[in-house]
Amino acid sequence: MNIFTQDKTYTTTLITLAAVTLLIPFCNLMTTENSVLHFSAYSVSLIGKYLTFALLGLSLDMVWGYAGILVLGQGAFFALGGYAMGMYLMRQIGSRGVYGNPDLPDFMVFLNWTELPWYWQGFEHFGFAMLMVLLAPGLLAFVFGWLAFRSRVTGVYLSIITQALTYALLLAFFRNEMGFGGNNGLTDFKDILGFNIQSEAVRSLLLLATGLSLIAALLLCRWIVNSKLGRVVTAIRDQESRVRFLGYRVELFKLWVFVFAAMLAGLAGALYVPQVGIINPSEFSPLNSLEIVIWVAVGGRGTLYGAIIGAVLVNYAKTVLTGLMPDAWLFCLGAVFILVTLLLPDGIVGLLRRRIKPVTEATANTAGQTV
Amino acid sequence: MKTPTFKSRLKTPSDLGLVAVQPSAPLLLLVAISTLARCEIGGVFKRLATLGCLLTALLIFNQPLVAQEQTAAEPFAQALELLRQGSMQEREQAIEQLSGDMRSLSLLQALQDGKLFDFKAQSKLVIAQEIDTGYSLTDPLNGTALPNVERSEVGKINLNNKLRGNIRKIVGQLQLNAPNASVRLAAVKAMNTDIDEKALALLKSHLTNESDEAVKQAIQKILLLQDLNSSDKALRIAAIEALKDLDSQDVVNTLQVIIDKDADGNYLESDSDVRNLAEAALIKIRERMQAYAAVETVFFGLSLGAVLVLAAIGLAITFGVMGIINMAHGELMMLGAYTTYVMQQLLPNHLGTALILSIPMAFLVAALVGIAIERGIIRFLYGRPLETLLATFGVSLFLQQSVRSIFSPLNRSVSTPEWMSGSWQINDFLSLTWNRFYILIFCLLVFTALLQILKRTKLGLEVRAVAQNRGMARAMGIPTARVDALTFGLGSGIAGVAGVALSQITNVGPNLGQAYIVDSFMVVVFGGVGNLFGTLVAGFTLGIANKVLEPYAGAVLAKILVLVFIILFIQKRPRGLFPQKGRAAES
Repeated sequence: MNIFTQDKTYTTTLITLAAVTLLIPFCNLMTTENSVLHFSAYSVSLIGKYLTFALLGLSLDMVWGYAGILVLGQGAFFALGGYAMGMYLMRQIGSRGVYGNPDLPDFMVFLNWTELPWYWQGFEHFGFAMLMVLLAPGLLAFVFGWLAFRSRVTGVYLSIITQALTYALLLAFFRNEMGFGGNNGLTDFKDILGFNIQSEAVRSLLLLATGLSLIAALLLCRWIVNSKLGRVVTAIRDQESRVRFLGYRVELFKLWVFVFAAMLAGLAGALYVPQVGIINPSEFSPLNSLEIVIWVAVGGRGTLYGAIIGAVLVNYAKTVLTGLMPDAWLFCLGAVFILVTLLLPDGIVGLLRRRIKPVTEATANTAGQTV
Repeated sequence: MKTPTFKSRLKTPSDLGLVAVQPSAPLLLLVAISTLARCEIGGVFKRLATLGCLLTALLIFNQPLVAQEQTAAEPFAQALELLRQGSMQEREQAIEQLSGDMRSLSLLQALQDGKLFDFKAQSKLVIAQEIDTGYSLTDPLNGTALPNVERSEVGKINLNNKLRGNIRKIVGQLQLNAPNASVRLAAVKAMNTDIDEKALALLKSHLTNESDEAVKQAIQKILLLQDLNSSDKALRIAAIEALKDLDSQDVVNTLQVIIDKDADGNYLESDSDVRNLAEAALIKIRERMQAYAAVETVFFGLSLGAVLVLAAIGLAITFGVMGIINMAHGELMMLGAYTTYVMQQLLPNHLGTALILSIPMAFLVAALVGIAIERGIIRFLYGRPLETLLATFGVSLFLQQSVRSIFSPLNRSVSTPEWMSGSWQINDFLSLTWNRFYILIFCLLVFTALLQILKRTKLGLEVRAVAQNRGMARAMGIPTARVDALTFGLGSGIAGVAGVALSQITNVGPNLGQAYIVDSFMVVVFGGVGNLFGTLVAGFTLGIANKVLEPYAGAVLAKILVLVFIILFIQKRPRGLFPQKGRAAES
């Protein structure tokens, strides 16, 4: 099956992504500062940030759009990945901190700690840190999901306990004793892989890495969704009991998707932290996780690229609106929540599909999958 | 029986003094005797004998006292005059003279607080309270208000440290004779801080006349503590034996001193019998202290639980009975809290009334907003719980931002009326704060009211019918759409009422709702959806669990532990503590 001919919007999204990912770093590395084609450091970081959010949205769409599990704590996995990356970046500071301690980050010196806690060991290696970016959220999701799906906690209950999970982590990471910098989190990064994290070339390369990860993740998700595994997962979303009666181990399928999505979210977090330069406990706040849900809902759940469109659009609107009228942003976000659920259950993608083609048998089928 | 009260009035020396200056005193005594005579003789006989002695004494002294009344006014006035204009030494004499007269209590108290002034124009002493334009005056002797004056028209009566010490003691003595038991108790406690032979003698003589149990105990405690310092071993041992049953920080401190060692490791107390007894007594008191600490923990747990129940109980209706995930529930509580704030702004001089009035007002405001949400949004989303969750979350953002725009993003201060502030001091080791106490009672009241509404009213019947089987209820002629709106309004209104309670214990700000939303859902889910009693039990359980864990783990970690516990609990029993049974459970 040729995925490029199947859905025009999908193709357009993929091509746009590729263009942004390749052209912006290329332009920035090739041109000088006063060139028309040059993007400022601010906008490069901003676009990079949008792309990490798109990746995060994509991860939620896998688990919500396809497996039907509304996770209100996806931000927790994102933040865990971010913290893993942040720990690597903290270790890279070395003795350049305010207190000049070669091993301990500043906040630990400030707390009078004498040695690095065991869970900080190994984070000076990039490879290990990258492994943790995937493993930490993956492991949490595995334990949580294994417990939850095995005892058939579903629907609203699951949503609420995922929210409780991220809330508990928020409270935990606020504590200084946890050894993750407490309220201030991890910040003041200097180097990544030996290169200055503030330099323009590194910023462009980070954008490139984010874009490529996003494209790869989109292709991977698309492949999974169209595989037999994906079909079973979609079936579980629509009729869980019937799939179970057909002999499938429903909880294992759900667990697989949940862990996979958590790892994607962790990756997004790891790409996010070097571009914004800080990670703190507020990333765990339940509100952040709910915002992810709204990106996916605005874009159109169960379409994958819809999540990407939604994430970029909502965040762009947020940047513009908070700049223009800071008070209006929450009004708008609230209104978007209400209007999208009431009037646009299939999101922007659903709207586009209705506009582009009149309902034929083929589109009716795909629409049926994405309810 | 009237006699004992009358007798007890006569027993205090202050009253004897007061009666003495009243011309009708002999008449009152006659009444007393005749009343007593009518009582049954057997049980009262002993008391009657005591009273008889007292009366005789009184009758002997009564005549001369009454006769002195006119002349006695003169020294009193002279003392006042001395106090007003005299030198420090003369003032000392004057204060000494005033000490015998009950009328000088308020005057001396004012003098002690630096509020006694010389009103030059009328050459008299006044109590002055500073106001914007000068001073408002009251008469120190009869308490009547006098016209306000400029600052320059009055002069403060100055004191030195010696006089202050004297006055403190005299005020203590006078207060000891006050008719009000709580004033006497305060006086006794104040005397405990620097006690001397004279005060001790005074207390000893007062003890026999004291009628109030609490005052008696306080005096006995002081006397026993003094006995500890005596040289008589038997007396000391008896004192320790008696003291070990008292719950008082003073007792603990004093006993601790007995068993302490000095820097060289020698005991401060040489007598080992006394020391061992003191140690045993301390252990006994400490055991009781632990019991009190446990009571206090349970109380704080219950009060936290009450807050959780109040926050969750509205949700138990909307989520539990109707199946609607209302993420704006916290913001409805916030509206209730802001209603309280607005009511207090409207009635700034009647904070208590404003608070009581804001209960129905908050219910109304929150219920109307709730009905608007139901009619405007939720009714299009029945049967799609996840979508409802998102839409109501949008509503919550909207409400938060509205409050931020209208009232400012800063916290507003809601005052606590006087009858709710302070605490109920049971003994030195156990005191319960009143506002928590009221909230506990309020929570139970709201719960009972809600239960009665659901059980006994027509609306309650319809709500239960719709919750059990919507289609069948409609077939029976129940207007389900109207019932939905009203049920949601009821749940929201209760959230508003919870907000009034929250305004008394937490900051009223735009984030008030967010802080409680996760907790409230936890309580409802833990208790079992659709079960009001489950919500009550779950709220109190979680509250107590939180407070029991807090001393060991700290507030934040305790909360995390409770959350983790609930998450694990839901894995084990997905339908909560008290799951719904029957067909409704399957939906």
